Amino acid sequence: MELDPLILSRIQFAFVVSFHAIFPVFTIGLASYIAVLEGLAFKTKNPVWMKLSSFWTTVFAVVFGMGVVSGIVMSFQFGTNWSNFSQASANFLGPMLSYEVITAFFLEAAFLGVLLFGRDRVPPGVHLFAAIMVATGTFISSFWILSANSWMQTPAGTELRDGIFYVTSWTEAIFNPSFQFRFAHKVIASFLTGGFVVAGVSAWYLLKGREVEANRKALSMCLWLLLILAPTQLVVGDFHGLNTLEHQPTKVAAMEGNWETSRNVPLLLFAIPDQENQTNLFEIGVPGLASLILTHQWDGEIPGLKEVAVEEQPPVGIVFWSFRIMVGLGLLMILVAITGLVLRSGDRYWRTGWFLQTLRFMSVAPFIAVLTGWFVTEFGRAPWLVYGMMTQAESVTPSLTGGMALFTLIGYVVVYSLVFSAGVYYLMRVLYEGMESAQHEPDIQSERPKRPMSAAHTSFELHDSNEQPTKQGGH
Amino acid sequence: MELLDLALVWAFIIGFGVIMYVLMDGFDLGVGILFPFAPSEQDRDIMMNSVAPVWDGNETWLVLGGAGLLGAFPLVYSILLPALYIGVFLMLAGLIFRGIAFEFRFKARGSRYLWNWAFAGGSTVAAFAQGVVVGTYIEGYETANGVFTGGALDWLTPFTVLTGLGLLAGYALLGSTWLIMKTEGRLQEWAYKITLPLLAAVLVVFGIISVWTPFIDDMVRERWFSNLSIIWVLPALTLLCAFQIFRTVRNRFEGMPFVATMGLFITAYLGLIVSRWPYLVPPNYTLWDAASAYDSQLFLLIGLLIVIPIVLAYTAWTYWVFRGKVRAGEGYH
Ligand code: HDD
Ligand code: HEM
Ligand code: HEM
Repeated sequence: MELDPLILSRIQFAFVVSFHAIFPVFTIGLASYIAVLEGLAFKTKNPVWMKLSSFWTTVFAVVFGMGVVSGIVMSFQFGTNWSNFSQASANFLGPMLSYEVITAFFLEAAFLGVLLFGRDRVPPGVHLFAAIMVATGTFISSFWILSANSWMQTPAGTELRDGIFYVTSWTEAIFNPSFQFRFAHKVIASFLTGGFVVAGVSAWYLLKGREVEANRKALSMCLWLLLILAPTQLVVGDFHGLNTLEHQPTKVAAMEGNWETSRNVPLLLFAIPDQENQTNLFEIGVPGLASLILTHQWDGEIPGLKEVAVEEQPPVGIVFWSFRIMVGLGLLMILVAITGLVLRSGDRYWRTGWFLQTLRFMSVAPFIAVLTGWFVTEFGRAPWLVYGMMTQAESVTPSLTGGMALFTLIGYVVVYSLVFSAGVYYLMRVLYEGMESAQHEPDIQSERPKRPMSAAHTSFELHDSNEQPTKQGGH
Repeated sequence: MELLDLALVWAFIIGFGVIMYVLMDGFDLGVGILFPFAPSEQDRDIMMNSVAPVWDGNETWLVLGGAGLLGAFPLVYSILLPALYIGVFLMLAGLIFRGIAFEFRFKARGSRYLWNWAFAGGSTVAAFAQGVVVGTYIEGYETANGVFTGGALDWLTPFTVLTGLGLLAGYALLGSTWLIMKTEGRLQEWAYKITLPLLAAVLVVFGIISVWTPFIDDMVRERWFSNLSIIWVLPALTLLCAFQIFRTVRNRFEGMPFVATMGLFITAYLGLIVSRWPYLVPPNYTLWDAASAYDSQLFLLIGLLIVIPIVLAYTAWTYWVFRGKVRAGEGYH
C-alpha cells in the first residue's frame, strides 16, 4: 500500500494541534481566575483567597508547562509538513505568529517566573501585577493566533498573485469577517473550561469534606460565572453560526446535514450522513427549526451540500456529529448552571451530593466541547486550507514522502504519550494532595523561577513532598 | 518607492536573533550535555539549578527564530524545514524531553535516573541536530523553483556529522565555562578541569571544518582566498578568544572564560556568515530572493522596534533577580 503524505500530515497536524489546544484553553481561563484571586487577596487580606490562589497556581504551572512544550512543536509544523502553504501565506501568517511571540510569549515567560516563585521576593503589588500580566499574555496570544486561523477560514484583506498571498489591508486581514465571533466564542470557551474545572475540583473536595470554607467560596464564585457565561456562549455561538452561513455556506450545510438547498429545513437531532449516496439515514428532526435558527424565519432557505461538487464537500459525518456534541454539551452546561442557581435557595448548592457528583463529571465537558468545536471549524473547512483559495493538497510539502510522515507521526504519538502521561499523573497527585499542602510556606531560597511545573511542591512519587535536595542561592 | 533595503535590515535582525539563541540556549544545553559526567548527584542538582531560572526564556528565542523567518524570509522557512524534516523532529523531541525533565527530576526519587537521562539525552540530541543544521547550510540544499527537492536523509553526511559534533563540543564548552562562573568548590574545580580538554576538542573540530569547507564549495574558497584578506581577521580573533580562555582558566578567573567562549562563538559565527553572504539558502537563493513582501517586512519591523527593547528590559530584570552563585542545599530536610 502506498502511504499518502497528505493524509498522514493531516492526521499528524490534527493530533499535535488538538493536543496543544487542550492546554491553552484551560490556562487562559485559569490565568484570569488566578489574577482575580490575587486581586481579592490583595484587597481583602483574607487568607482564604491566598490559599486558593496558591493552590490553583500550582495546578496552573503544570498545565502551562505542557502548553509550552506542545506549542513549540506547533510553530515548526507549518514548515515541515505544509511548506507550500507557509510559502504562500507567509506575508500574512509570518507577521501574525511573530507578533504573538514578541507580544505574548516573552511576556508570559518572564512574568510567570515572578508569579510562581516571586511571592516572597517581590512586594504583593508586584506579584499581583505579574498575575495580571500572565493573564494578559494569554489573551494577546489568543488574539494573534485566532486572527491567523480566522483569516484561513474567511480570508480578507489579501490578494493572491502567482500563488502568493499579498496583504492589501492589514486591518481587514487581521479583523477578518469571522475573527470577532471566533475570538469571543473561544474566550468564553476558555472561561467555561476554567470555571467547570475549578467547580468540579471544588465539588470533589466538598464531597470529601476537605477545606470546606475555601472550596465553598470557590464553588460559589464559579457557579455565578457559569450562570452568566453558559447562556452567553449559546448566543455568541448562534451569531457565529449566522456569520458562517454567510461566508462558508458549505460548512453550515455539513453542520446541519442538509444536502439539498431548500426552505423549511428541519433541525436534525439524529441522522447518519451517508456521503457516498449524498443523503442521510435514520433522520429524526424538528420541522423548520433549522431554518428558524439560521434565518430567523420558518421558511428560510438553507444551502445544501450538493451546491458544490462531491470533492469539495467536507467530511459531513464528522462535522455533523461534532457540532451536535458541542451544542449538546453547551445546553447541558446551561442546565447545570441553572440548577446551581436553584440550589442556592436554602444554601444547598455545596451540600447536595448528586449535584456535586454531576459537577465532578462536568469538569471534562468543556474539553470535549472545545475539541469538537474545533473539529467543526477545521473539518468543515476541508478540502480548503485557505477557504476558497488554497486546498490542503496544494499546501503539503512537496518533498515529503509517506514514510517520513509516518515516522514522525508515530514519533509524536510515542513522545506525547510518554511525556503527557507523566504530566497527567503528576497533576492528579497535585489535586489529590490538595490545598492543605499548597498552604505550606516554601523555603524562599529554594525557589527556582520560570520553571512552570516546579512551583508545585508535590513530589512525583508518593510521600516525599518537601524533599528538594538543593537550592538556588545568591543572597 | 522602497526607501530602505528592508531585506538587509531583516538579515541583521535574524542574524542577531540566531546568535542570541545560540549563546543563551547554548550554555543551558551545554550543562545538559555535561550532566552525566558530573562528579556526583548533588552536583547535578546544582548544575540544573544554575540554568533552571532562565532556560525557558532562552528557548523562546528559538520560537522567535522560527516565526521571524516565516515573517521575513519565508523561503528559508519553507526549504530548511522540509530539508531537515527528520532532524527537526529529533530536535523537538529532544527539547520536549529535556524541558519536561527540569520539572520532574526534582520530584522524582526512584525514577530520578530516568529524568537524568531525559535531560542529558534531550540536550545532546537537540545540540547535535542544531550543529547538523549548520553543516547543511554550508553544504547547500537541493532545490528547484523555490522548493526542496532532495531526499529524507540528505542532511546526514560525514560533514554534517562533524559540524554536529562541533556544536556539541562548543555548547559543552559554553556549559563548562558557565558553571565556572555560577558555581564554587568541588563542582567549579571539576568545571575548570574539563574546560581545557573541551577547548582542545572544539579547536580540533573547528579546525577540520575550516579546512574542509573550502573544498565543498567553490564560492567559499574564492571568498577566502580572494584579495579580500581583511576577512582573515575573523579566524585570528577566534584563536585569540581561544587563547584568552586558556589563559583565564589557567589563572582561575571566574567570569572571563565564559565571556571569551561567547567571543569565540561570535567570531566563528561571523566567519560562517561572510563565507556564505549574501546567500540565505545556498547555493541558489540570496537574502533578497528569500524575502517576504516589503509591506510585510515593514509591518513586522515597526512592532519589533517598539516591543523588543521592552522584552530585553524585563528579561534582563529576571536575570538580575536570580543573579549570584548557586550553592548546594543547606536548609533542606
Ligand atoms: C486560543 C488559544 C491558542 C491557540 C488556538 C493556539 N495557542 Fe499556542 N499557546 C497559547 C494559546 C493558543 C497560550 C495560552 O498562549 C500558550 C499555552 C501555554 C503557554 O505557554 O502559552 C501557548 C503556547 C504556545 C507556544 C509556546 C510558547 C512559549 O514558548 O512560551 C507556541 C510556540 C505556540 N503556542 C504556538 C501555537 C501555534 C503554532 C498554534 C496554531 C496551530 C497554536 N499555538 C494554537
Ligand atoms: C487550537 C485549536 C485547534 C484545533 C483543535 C485544530 C484542529 C484541527 C483539525 C482536527 C484539523 C484537521 C482537519 C482535516 O484534516 O480535515 C486541522 C487542520 C488544520 N488547522 Fe487547525 N485546529 C486548531 C487551531 C488552528 C490554528 C490556530 C491554525 C492556524 C493558525 C490551524 C491551522 C490548521 C491547518 C494549517 C490545518 C491543515 C492541516 C490539516 O488539514 O490537517 N489550526 N486543525
Ligand atoms: C451552546 C451552543 C453553541 C453553539 C450554537 C455554538 C456554535 C458554534 C459554531 C457555529 C461553531 C463553528 C464556527 C465556524 O467554524 O465557522 C463553533 C465552533 C467552536 N465552538 Fe461552539 N457553540 C456552542 C457551544 C460551545 C461550547 C459550550 C464550547 C466550549 C466550551 C464551544 C467551543 C467551540 C470552539 C472551541 C469552536 C472552534 C473555534 C471557533 O470556530 O470559534 N462551543 N461553535
